[in-house]
Amino acid sequence: MIEMQDVYKTYPNGVVALNGVNVRIKQGEFVYVVGPSGAGKSTFIKMMYREEKPTKGSIMVNGVNLAKLKDNKVPLLRRQIGIVFQDFKLLPKLNVYENVAFALEVIEESPKAIRKKVMEVLDLVGLKHKVRSYPNELSGGEQQRVSIARSIVNSPKIVIADEPTGNLDPETSWGIMELFEKINERGTTIVMATHNKEIVNATRRRVIAIENGKIVRDEARGEYGYDA
Amino acid sequence: MTLNTFKRHVRESVKSLGRNGWMTFASASAVTVTLLLVGVFFTVMFNINYFAKKVENDVEIRVHIELTADRQAKDALRRQIEAIPNVKDVRYSSKDEELKRLIKSMGEEGTAFRLFEQQNPLSDVYVVKAARPQDTVKIAKQIETLPSVHKVNYGQGTVEKLFNVLKVMRNVGLVLIAGLLFTAMFLISNTIKITIFARRREIEIMRLVGATNGFIRWPFFLEGLWLGVLGSIVPITALAVVYYNVYHVYEHQFALQLFELLPFSPFIWQLSALLLAIGAVIGVWGSVMSVRKFLKV
Ligand SMILES: Nc1ncnc2c1ncn2[C@@H]1O[C@H](COP(=O)(O)OP(=O)(O)O)[C@@H](O)[C@H]1O
Ligand SMILES: [Mg+2]
Repeated sequence: MIEMQDVYKTYPNGVVALNGVNVRIKQGEFVYVVGPSGAGKSTFIKMMYREEKPTKGSIMVNGVNLAKLKDNKVPLLRRQIGIVFQDFKLLPKLNVYENVAFALEVIEESPKAIRKKVMEVLDLVGLKHKVRSYPNELSGGEQQRVSIARSIVNSPKIVIADEPTGNLDPETSWGIMELFEKINERGTTIVMATHNKEIVNATRRRVIAIENGKIVRDEARGEYGYDA
Repeated sequence: MTLNTFKRHVRESVKSLGRNGWMTFASASAVTVTLLLVGVFFTVMFNINYFAKKVENDVEIRVHIELTADRQAKDALRRQIEAIPNVKDVRYSSKDEELKRLIKSMGEEGTAFRLFEQQNPLSDVYVVKAARPQDTVKIAKQIETLPSVHKVNYGQGTVEKLFNVLKVMRNVGLVLIAGLLFTAMFLISNTIKITIFARRREIEIMRLVGATNGFIRWPFFLEGLWLGVLGSIVPITALAVVYYNVYHVYEHQFALQLFELLPFSPFIWQLSALLLAIGAVIGVWGSVMSVRKFLKV
């Protein structure tokens, strides 16, 4: 569960990115975060994995207050959260298998467990036949599948995605969205910032709209609500 | 840390050397150049030091005893000299022995002094050695004040000068070595900084998936270590080969020279170990310093 209370974020340069945010996201929910660019969506999401600290307010994730979390405890938090980005963040010199296994090596899993989990998750994202390929040999959609595989290989309760389809064509985007649906069906909370109007309107999930650092709309089966 | 994790760190650090091919080469070369300079410098310094020690140890005080002094006075003088702090050794040399020594040291021309064998004008002498060569002058000054002492000879002036020169040489050497090492560390930390800068993405991803700082640091630590070790291979080999040859040529051709080189073994092994250690330390230091700033939250 994620709960923000009265969260403010002012960057060192004086920009107020979040201006009093209150929100509650229950375990297993699928939430879209929408809004114009510069509204504060990424900052909102960064709060949840402690990439940025709030200037004021509290953020509870799985029962821990991130506003008070010590730096050396951040790795433990990250192990309970999967994170997916628009630019995939794959290591170009590692192949598909190694890129996914990376997330497990880091938490010191045994090589046997790593092999089993990585193959399972690559099967789930449909890339079992490409384990030996390198990122530059894959399409954008395939690269995003690898990065999603990496984010869930550790079976986190929460997956956070910042515009995961931002670099993909509409058709590929649908494939990626189906994958997130599949992950969500297994009980994983999904929080996704997106500009993809079609998908938001078609799937009818909870929509949180942010403008100027404030939540201006929060609907259970919402629409995208902007033109572009 | 589990054994598997440690193996992973070793594997990753070695792979990374290969992946960063030419940066590896650049960093190792920085170590190589530094260690070559430091190695040559150490070789020269150690040899000068060796020579200095020998010269220092040869320094002795010759106490000329009054001609009038009888046996009792001589014994009293000996006890008084031995009572001076830091006197290591007192040896008696009669005037006949002194004359022989003089004749021998003059070689051909020495025969002329044979004449004196009938009527020896020299004095009996106590040869005094200080426990620490630096104390020679102080001890000599004290002996001068004792009764039955005619004259004290310790190469006045020359000894002081020699000690001063040696002291200056050692200090200059230390400063130079410190400077060299500092330059090397700076060079290496910069090179590794570039390596790490190129790999900040890797670090960023490690952090995203929940790697602890310690976990992130390990491969870099090991990589620095390998760089240091790799970089020390060439200087160690080169110095050993060159020194081996120089030593043997010098031994054969200048065997009678005053200046004596440190024997090849164990000196070269000690020097190699020292260079390896320095290489490892600067490699590790450079990488640890440069990774630090990328680990700040
Ligand atoms: N690290 C940062 N330092 C300073 N200002 C930032 C930083 N990150 C974002 N901002 C500013 O905060 C505001 C919100 O940014 P962001 O959260 O990225 O919005 P969005 O993801 O909705 O486009 C913008 O005005 C942006 O310029
Ligand atoms: Mg954004």
